[in-house]
Amino acid sequence: MSTTRRTPDAADADHRYRYLDESGHLVEDPPAVTETTLLELYESLRFARAFDERAKSLQRQGRIATYAPMAGQAGAQVAAALAMDDEDWLYPTYRDNAAKFARGVDPADVLALLAGHEGDGDADARVMPEYIPIATQLPQAVGAAWTGLLRSGEPEYATLATLGDGATSEGDFHEGLNFAGVFDTPTVFLCQNNGWAISTPTERQTRSETLARKAAAYGVEGVRVDGMDPLATYVTVRRAVRKAKDDVAAVADEPADPEAVAAGPSGATRPTLVETVVRRFGAHTTSDDPSRYREEPDRSGDPLPRLETYLRGRGLLDDERVAAVGDRVETRLEAAVERAEARETDPTAAFEHVYAEPTPAVDDQRAELERLYEEYGDRVAGERH
Amino acid sequence: MSGADVDPDDRGSEDVGEAAERAPTHDRDDADAEELTLVEAVRDGLAAEMLRNDRVVVLGEDVAENGGVFRTTDGLLEAFGSDRVIDTPLAESGIVGAAIGLATHGLRPVAEVQFSGFVYPAFDQLVSHAARLRTRTRGDLTCPLVVRAPYGGGIRAPEHHSESPEAFFVHQPGLKVVVPSTPRDAKGLLAGAVRDPDPVIVLEPKRMYRATNERVPAEPYAVDLGEAAVRREGTELSVFTYGATVESTLIAADDLDADVEVVDLRSLSPLDRETIAASVRKTGRAAVVHEAPRTAGVGAEIAATIQEEALLYQEAPVERITGFDTPVPLGEAEDYHIPAALRVREGLREAVEF
Repeated sequence: MSTTRRTPDAADADHRYRYLDESGHLVEDPPAVTETTLLELYESLRFARAFDERAKSLQRQGRIATYAPMAGQAGAQVAAALAMDDEDWLYPTYRDNAAKFARGVDPADVLALLAGHEGDGDADARVMPEYIPIATQLPQAVGAAWTGLLRSGEPEYATLATLGDGATSEGDFHEGLNFAGVFDTPTVFLCQNNGWAISTPTERQTRSETLARKAAAYGVEGVRVDGMDPLATYVTVRRAVRKAKDDVAAVADEPADPEAVAAGPSGATRPTLVETVVRRFGAHTTSDDPSRYREEPDRSGDPLPRLETYLRGRGLLDDERVAAVGDRVETRLEAAVERAEARETDPTAAFEHVYAEPTPAVDDQRAELERLYEEYGDRVAGERH
Repeated sequence: MSGADVDPDDRGSEDVGEAAERAPTHDRDDADAEELTLVEAVRDGLAAEMLRNDRVVVLGEDVAENGGVFRTTDGLLEAFGSDRVIDTPLAESGIVGAAIGLATHGLRPVAEVQFSGFVYPAFDQLVSHAARLRTRTRGDLTCPLVVRAPYGGGIRAPEHHSESPEAFFVHQPGLKVVVPSTPRDAKGLLAGAVRDPDPVIVLEPKRMYRATNERVPAEPYAVDLGEAAVRREGTELSVFTYGATVESTLIAADDLDADVEVVDLRSLSPLDRETIAASVRKTGRAAVVHEAPRTAGVGAEIAATIQEEALLYQEAPVERITGFDTPVPLGEAEDYHIPAALRVREGLREAVEF
């Protein structure tokens, strides 16, 4: 890391909203977050950490395909997801499994997908399928949030779309934020700025000093927060979600640290761009070798020990409770791996759900494959089968 | 191929002297050939064209510091510097749009789109502008642009990483589309594309990136765009294919009790109609193999070409062995979607036994 701008927290230490310092001690008066939520944050974060480690190990063993680790970013993800209301919708990227789990998505479904089994999706949890092309989720999240305004004149639910720093370079970032500003939609854009888009540092993405600042040009509020502080992220996103839905109290609330408001009219409009400053502890994905383009990354400020220190200090956690959380996490994870691995490949599943009614071509082609499968079994798929 | 393929329109390709003197990576004897994988041959082809013509620049996501996510541009930054090997912001429309500007103003950009599934933000730039600039200005302005993209399935990639979108581009007048299936052609077609005066999409079958080695000449050479290659001569059935399915088709042809001719199209636009017609006139039977969906795929164009050019020689309908009209499924299921050798063989048998 040769320049200060490459390290997200070097240039902006004064403009990043946080409650907890890197060792987990309060730097502000404690926010009004319920004990239940605090413990939920902790357990979700523990689960995300365990899932991440297990997924990397399953990938190395060839039991799942390419995986995008979230270490360093899971704190921002779980905090944002828990700050949403049940009726809100999440528009996640491929790196946001921690947010999905916190919304109630079954980890077995995520593992199964990573192993190549398309499932029913996560609509019950109000979670869209993960977006792999970059920034395409943003205009869609705006449209989804807009629906209530068009139907009833009132926001019915908010949408929260996640994105990375690289996504702010795509045209759809501009188009999504612009629509959100113009139509004043109840949308939260949760940017996880981990400083890297695969090998490209943020300084090669933008000359803008912060990403939150980009919101100003759209008339959208932009806030910058320490994304490795789950408390600060939770409070910031919670306010953004309430503000999106015209919650008068939230609109009146200034953020605890007005300096964090990087851009735009605070409280005056529904949409918010929240830039969470995080670190990507590991590789972009299991296919990536970051030693080719960056020094050993700074892994300080890990949200998990930080939150644990805080919760122990408040008397909400002790060794016994920490161990009990660990046991629950392991049990849940084991069960998920087992259920995911029980699924088998169905050669003809791809023909289903292409249209409401299969076209004649799809039907004919399915029959063609079934004929061959009946005669030759899995050999029809080649040497590996 | 020789240097005779330099188009007069190719104003950049004469300026080779200064760049050649820097020659940082090419110290081997030109008479040598080296065993290269397809991915190495792409890299070798880029380096050769960059040495030959200092107007050739490479740009894209992760192409410089990281050497490309498949390592197709590995070492080029060190060899040619950051004005010729450029990491861009994450923005495909920006990459291709900027490359059109560079091409129009005298450079020879080779833009990489990291996976063909991510080309769509740039589709507008390609279809609305790259393809039309020459005709719009009656030849006054041109767009000698190359866009490279890995495409196709077979590596257990996530959603959007396995599709075969060639038909979208083949359908667009003004664009050329080539697909190498071998290391040797990967270098030669890339050179042909770089030296071509018009925009060329090079789709690289990523399943083949490291699948085989082949001796690849060290010196620069170009394969003329629009020329198919007969990979296996035969008299009873003509099979037309390209990209990764060339390999499965050759295996299927060996496995079939018939004398099968296998033609690697290499160039999908322009299409080598002459070779296609001559082969079918000889054999009287034809099949096409590709992993893109069947409906309105390249196979349909080949079938139409055959009925236009060789109808009276045909003893059987043209058999299409293709990916299905569904999104490419994930995981092991992709192996049922991509025509494997056995499925190709059964299709060829239908054509032979009709």
